[in-house]
Amino acid sequence: MRFLQIFHNKRTFAQAALLLGGVLTLILGVVCGEVRTVLMKAIYICLECIGIG
Amino acid sequence: MLTNSHLAGFAQGRIYAGKLKSICLPGLNCYSCPGSLGSCPVGALQAVLSSAKYQFSFYLFGFFLIIGTVLGRFVCGFLCPFGLIQDLLGRIPFPKKIRTFKGDRGLRLVKYVILAVFVILLPLFLVDAAGGGEPQFCKWICPAGTLEGGVPLLLADSVLRSAAGFLFAWKLLILGIVAALSAVVWRPFCKYLCPLGAVYSLFNGISIYRYAVDGGKCTNCGRCARVCLMSVQPQKEANHPECVRCGECKKACPAGAISSGCLGSFQAPARLAAGKNPSLPR
Repeated sequence: MRFLQIFHNKRTFAQAALLLGGVLTLILGVVCGEVRTVLMKAIYICLECIGIG
Repeated sequence: MLTNSHLAGFAQGRIYAGKLKSICLPGLNCYSCPGSLGSCPVGALQAVLSSAKYQFSFYLFGFFLIIGTVLGRFVCGFLCPFGLIQDLLGRIPFPKKIRTFKGDRGLRLVKYVILAVFVILLPLFLVDAAGGGEPQFCKWICPAGTLEGGVPLLLADSVLRSAAGFLFAWKLLILGIVAALSAVVWRPFCKYLCPLGAVYSLFNGISIYRYAVDGGKCTNCGRCARVCLMSVQPQKEANHPECVRCGECKKACPAGAISSGCLGSFQAPARLAAGKNPSLPR
């Protein structure tokens, strides 16, 4: 019951919901393989980023 | 400094290629910077959206939800390398520093347009026959990529130098304009152009790390608003979307009415915790 008191106002509840949603969607992104796409882009020089390609 | 500590990369003209690069850093930290150990979240979002495989990025959406909810635009104030560079440029003495001007408020909406058009829509829909797009924000706008990645890599690599053409000149021009403006206007890129700041600004009102004004202590002297480099009025809305949590208002408040903290660190009445001062007119 004391644990639930932390959600005493709407903002705290919204923060907890956003955090939980963030963790779940981030995990979903990892499961879907997005991390590999990010890694493949990041480990090679991005020619667009540096103004070449 | 810690996230850009691959110093050998600067000497060799190479970027770090380890697995840490799959993790996004909170600030605008180009992953083609030779020193960078992680990825830029704006670049990563474009990389996923421009890939033929994905139409939405759960990974980056979740990342923004977590960082935004915990820190809001504190990231802009303290964790962004390009913010730091603008900050340092802003310390260059200039006869007349411009705090605000006519059209300032309207111009601040440009960063949301850039986020929607260059970071999301164009990488998603401007695609080639194979369904792949390009990181249009990185390509046409981002001065952080030019400064953190382009300049050091081109200095160290003659092959890259020989490939530089119109696009590099264009990006150097943008970087030059932003750098020059930074000496006159405080953090012009953060205020008007940064799509990452636009994302985090959406969370400022709800973020766990937040500011509060004690209505009982506040004397409405307006000193906090006068020192605010982002032209926010903390006494009216302490968690305004434009606030980068630089702390100047806290230092300037003669009554010590402004405080910052997380979750239960505010032992205060409801009006204080709301981050707004109801005793003042809107």
